[in-house]
Parts: sequence; structure tokens; C-alpha cells
Amino acid sequence: MPDINTILFYIFAFLIVSFSFIVVFAKNIIYSAVSLFVTLFGTAALYILLRADFLAITQVMVYIGGILILLIFGIMMTTRITDSEIKTTNLSSVPAVFVSAGVFVILIIVLLTTKWNINPPVENDVTVNRIGNLLLTTYLLPFEIASVVLLIALMGAAMYARKK
Amino acid sequence: MIFIFSNMVSLDYFLTLSIILFSIGVIGVLIRRNAIIIFMSIELMLNSVNLSLISFSSFMGDSQGQILVFFVMAVAAAEAAVGLAIIIALFRNKETINIDEINILKW
Amino acid sequence: MFADYGQILVFMLFAIAFVAIAFFVALFLAPKKPSYSKESTYECGEDTEGETWVRFNVRYYVVALIFIIFDVEVVFLFPWAVVFKELGLFAFVEMAVFLIILILGFVYVLAKGDLQWDKPQPVIPELKRQIFKVDSN
Repeated sequence: MPDINTILFYIFAFLIVSFSFIVVFAKNIIYSAVSLFVTLFGTAALYILLRADFLAITQVMVYIGGILILLIFGIMMTTRITDSEIKTTNLSSVPAVFVSAGVFVILIIVLLTTKWNINPPVENDVTVNRIGNLLLTTYLLPFEIASVVLLIALMGAAMYARKK
Repeated sequence: MIFIFSNMVSLDYFLTLSIILFSIGVIGVLIRRNAIIIFMSIELMLNSVNLSLISFSSFMGDSQGQILVFFVMAVAAAEAAVGLAIIIALFRNKETINIDEINILKW
Repeated sequence: MFADYGQILVFMLFAIAFVAIAFFVALFLAPKKPSYSKESTYECGEDTEGETWVRFNVRYYVVALIFIIFDVEVVFLFPWAVVFKELGLFAFVEMAVFLIILILGFVYVLAKGDLQWDKPQPVIPELKRQIFKVDSN
């Protein structure tokens, strides 16, 4: 009888992999966007299994609540009025599959040949506390620079989107 | 209803899942010609890298990796904003987001 | 603590099952007598006009942009709020700097007029040529 975590891991892994296939191969771009939602949500669930609960919530807020919404906005703004279907075309996929399989094999070899440094997990109750402490003391400079990055992104993207 | 975390799911499981996700993202970037789908595939790859980072951080018992992922997510939001603005600007100029038709710079 | 997330999982499973069962029951119980007026988009009798896939105006994108930037800001606010009592004034100053930098971006967008919704100018028909001569007296 497998552990409950193992069962949950397999369920979420199956969800993530199958829906990421739909993201890549769906003919309709809206199906891709909705499947990306399931993939990101499943990844958030895996973050909880890995005891990174605050990052799971961040994933839901930033990726699902932010980036996915922005993506759907982008889809709605770049659809041509003239053609009613928003289907997309493919290249010939044989070389792409070879490249991807190459990446897969190389990474699997790296995974199998490396001796990972595994420590016993730290028993912790809330990760938000530690993240907040580290963020405001050790990682103060990246924290402030992140705001500058966001500022520049806002200004730059607004400039791109502006009508000239 | 108590889900006690035990180390039955080892690091290899998460890393293998991350590798599979990354390979799917690579396929998506290579075969799709719609700029937004390519963008989604890049998000998939970014997501897989985040997953492997968090699993390293969790299995090393070191929470500083979570800070790194936190910043990665913040930068990913900025990247998504700028990337989609570029796609929209391209669409305004060329009336298409098929990247095979966006080839002015091609020699 | 992770049992709490188990509760969320159970809640989600119940939500999915609820919708699935509702659809399933409706599939078996509902009578199927489709007609033209039932299958039209607006059953009140209004016919649809044009495509569903209209292109939205790019000006909405700036709104989404500001949304995502401040969404990320909220995510940064959470861990700050948790440790605020321990760190005190120091944390307050840090977050004030962070917020001021982000609000600069908002001021930039406002000042450049990206959020201004310029209304379309109505074209008022103008009579170029007078057909009937108007007496001026």
C-alpha cells in the first residue's frame, strides 16, 4: 500500500503532464490557455507536497491570477477579426522531437549520474515567516531591485502597448 | 485526515517530472508557430525549473531556495508583461502573430 | 499544518464532483426537445450579429499590466506583513521604498495618459451644399 503522498504525487504528475501535452498540441489556443491553468495549479499542489506552501500560494496568485490573465488578454487582442477560427499551424515536428528527446536524455543522464546532497528535512510549521525574515534582512538588495525590475517592466510594456 | 509527510516520494520523482515538463516545453517552442503558444511553452519550462528548484530546496532542508523561486516568479511576471507587450506591438505592425511571417530581420 | 491543505484538496474534489454529478443527472433527466429558438444564443429573440471573436482594444492591456505589477506587489506584501512586528521601523522603511518605486511606475502611466479613455469623436453630418437658397432677411 503506497503512501498517501506517493498517490497524490502520481495523481498531480499525471494531471500536469497530460495537460501540458494539451497546452503544446491543442489546435485551439483557448484550450491551450485553459490547460495551462490546470498545469500551473497541479504544480502549486506539488509545491505543497514539497512543503513550500507560501510558494504554492504565490504560484496561484502570480501565475494563475496574473500571467494567465495577461495571456488571455493577449489572445483576445491578437485575434484577427477576419478569420473566425483561431487555430494555429505547426512546423514539421520530426527534428523538434529529436531535439526534445536529446534534451530529455541528457537531463535524465545528469539526474542518474549525480550524487544529490540530501539532508533530512527541517521540521517547520510556517514558511512565510522565514521567507519574510530572509527577504527583509539577507535578501534586502534583491528585494528592492525587484521593485525596480517591476517598475521598468511596467514602463517598458506601457511604452510598447501605446499607440504611436 | 492527517497527511503526514514522509520521504516516500524521493527527489528523483520530482526531478523526473521536471525533466518531462521541460522536454514538453522544448517541443512546444520548436514546433508551434503561434507566438502566444510559444510563450506558454516558455512558461511551462520556467515552471519545471521552479519545480526542480523547490524540490532541491526541500530535500536539502534549506529554505533559501524558496526565496530564489520567489524572485523568479516576480521576474516571470515582469517578463510576461513585457513579452506580451512585444507580441501586441508585433501584431499591430504586421497583423499576425505567426512567427514565420515575422521575418523582416531575416537575411 | 499540511492537513489544512488536505482539507482544501477534499473541498476541491467535492466541488468537482458536485458539478460533474449535476451535469450527469441533467444529462439523464432533462427532456431533449431542441428547437431553433431554444438553441439561439439569446432566447429572448434577439439575433446575434457578427463574430464572437472580436478583437479587443489594446488600451485594456495597460490595465492588465498595472494589475499584474500590483499583484506581484501584494505577493511581496504578505511575508512583509507577517514579520512586520519583529522588525519594526526597519521593515516599514524598506517596504515604503519598495512601494514608492512601484507607485512611480503608476504615476508614469497616469502622466503619459495611457489610462485615458479617449472617446470617439462623433461625426456630425454637415451640409456642404445648400440645395435651397435661404433668404437672409
